[in-house]
Amino acid sequence: MSKITSLADLRRIKEEVQSKIKLRENSDNPEQVVQVKVGMATCGIASGAREIMKYFVEELEQQAVDAVVTQTGCMGYCYAEPTVEIILPHKAPVVFGFVTKTKAEEIIDTYIKKGKLIDGIIPITYKTIDE
Amino acid sequence: MHILICGGTGCKASESSDIKEKLNYFLNEYDLEDEIQVVLTGCFGFCEKGPIVKILPDNTFYIEVKPSDAEDIVKEHIIKGRPVHRLLYKNPKNDFKVTSATNIDFYKKQIRIALRNCGFINPENIEEYIGRDGYQALGKCLTELTRTQVINEVKESGLRGRGGGGFPTGLKWEITRNVEADQKYVVCNADEGDPGAFMDRSILEGDPHSVIEAMAICGYCIGSDSGLVYIRAEYPLAIERLKTAIKQAEEYGLLGEDILGTGFNFKIELRYGAGAFVCGEETALIHSMEGLRGEPTVKPPFPSVSGYRGKPTNVNNVETFANIPVIINKGASWFNKIGTEKSKGTKVFALAGKINNVGLIEVPMGTTLREVIYDIGGGIKDGKGFKSVQTGGPSGGCLTKKFLDTPIDYENLIAAGSMMGSGGMIVMDEDDCMVSIAKFYLEFTLEESCGKCSPCRIGNKRLHEILCKITEGKGELEDIDRLKMLSDVIKDTSLCGLGQSSPNPVLSTILNFEDEYLAHVNDGKCPAGQCKSLMRYDIIEELCTGCTLCFRNCPVGAITGERRVPHYIDQSICIKCGVCFEKCKFNAITLT
Repeated sequence: MSKITSLADLRRIKEEVQSKIKLRENSDNPEQVVQVKVGMATCGIASGAREIMKYFVEELEQQAVDAVVTQTGCMGYCYAEPTVEIILPHKAPVVFGFVTKTKAEEIIDTYIKKGKLIDGIIPITYKTIDE
Repeated sequence: MHILICGGTGCKASESSDIKEKLNYFLNEYDLEDEIQVVLTGCFGFCEKGPIVKILPDNTFYIEVKPSDAEDIVKEHIIKGRPVHRLLYKNPKNDFKVTSATNIDFYKKQIRIALRNCGFINPENIEEYIGRDGYQALGKCLTELTRTQVINEVKESGLRGRGGGGFPTGLKWEITRNVEADQKYVVCNADEGDPGAFMDRSILEGDPHSVIEAMAICGYCIGSDSGLVYIRAEYPLAIERLKTAIKQAEEYGLLGEDILGTGFNFKIELRYGAGAFVCGEETALIHSMEGLRGEPTVKPPFPSVSGYRGKPTNVNNVETFANIPVIINKGASWFNKIGTEKSKGTKVFALAGKINNVGLIEVPMGTTLREVIYDIGGGIKDGKGFKSVQTGGPSGGCLTKKFLDTPIDYENLIAAGSMMGSGGMIVMDEDDCMVSIAKFYLEFTLEESCGKCSPCRIGNKRLHEILCKITEGKGELEDIDRLKMLSDVIKDTSLCGLGQSSPNPVLSTILNFEDEYLAHVNDGKCPAGQCKSLMRYDIIEELCTGCTLCFRNCPVGAITGERRVPHYIDQSICIKCGVCFEKCKFNAITLT
């Protein structure tokens, strides 16, 4: 990466990153990318988020699901760690709490693959600065 | 189509599982069970009106649903597509029925400003931060705004220090800027030490770039090219993420020399603390960074005038910094619409203790404690009664039921005998003994006192001794007066904030729970049943069958007796562990 040397550069990069994400979200390709975000702050890691993230990475690869698994910070639901957010193409993000390996398996089989919601969703109860 | 049912503790207690069963039953009857899934979710944060049922995708929000309503929901809403009017939420302001969840005013009580990216972006990828308007504020400041304009914007926003003191941030920046010096420093105080608090850690772990960006903005305003983050070594993950973030920012040219081609230089280094509570105090923090003992010194001179290495130093807390980029991007007038008259914006709280939804929340200033505890926190664990909420950590106080409807802001909390502090919020239920709680906090201050001034070093020790005496049942009525008097002296004569506020947990518990202190002193009883020395296990002879179960399980051999003969507990040996009480199958053991 070369250095950003002006504000215009910075704005260009922002546009680029945003369009990259948009592309990921709006692509018409039926095999679009599923996004999996695992809450990996101290609270999550202490409750076993590392293993869950590893599990998602391995399972999704093995089952050939086109997905991006990333880590993120504390979602605030520390009582329900490990928490995992799943963004299916064209769908609103869904957060699952208390994700164990069994639960992760269920999430992959039922929600990611078939699009059916399962128990254990945490409703989003906050506003963002964009609202 | 989906039907979501709240499975939070509050709603579960009001039969949400039954509702699920009933819904499934009726869906089954109409052969809809394959098309429509009924899903139990976590808490919707609107427990007052639970159980909540939400229908997707039309987002219809039903409140106070009973199992008997399941039939109507299926027949009317699902089959005929008509919302069930009597179950809709009525807006209290105009009596209109609200169909969609997004239109309910207090459905979403939290606003995430400082936590805007936490749990949203990957903290180890700077591009995700840039994609969320990251470093735009810095760019704007460096290219479009003068130092005075930026400072005025921060002043106008009404942002106050989130570390606890509540000093206006813009004013602090202005004071530091106005001091002439060849070198100035920007310091980020990440020495978070309150028991149960983890706001700063989560921000640094989830969104380190927001702090880096804000420090650079601060550097631009006050005329500094050097930033330091004072962070405790016991936050390894936060340190790791911060290091990664600094490295990435340097690679992208957003830290270092000639940032964005504007000629502005700024670098950030880390300084590690060993985890001493007193080092959260500005002057002690600076001494610790210099390699000296973490002891506070008298102010003035304030760090703004003479701080790190004797140079003007601007110290702000992590959360304060995290607010800055948003203020610059969205403008002071957007920010200062949120909150109360004197406290603007939001506050992050670490919700802990006997509460269902332990977690990290961010609410607008002016939200009441009741909303935080019952709506966001989901109420008290195991359906127990609320007793008290502790805010402000070891420097704060315990607030009772009567303060539940107090809007949270800096002034109101102080008026109620506590303080904002950095944002730890510990909820206590009816099983907590307030004398023991005061003792717990005092143990903390005792351990964390640096020992420099005698009121804090010796005074707190004496306070602790008196509290121990009371919890052991050896207290006298005069002890309560002694506690009050000694507390006042410590508050008046200690050198720094730690000592000046250390008696607060004692004073506020005496003020709000004097009856509990009196019960300990006068009756030798602990109303919450927590003080072991005041408890007594006895065997009721008539009920004891002499089965020897308690005798065999007692870890200290305090129980004597023979088979089929009533046993006896020797009180001088008993350690009140309660094993006999749990093991006895005949309820022959009493606890008084």
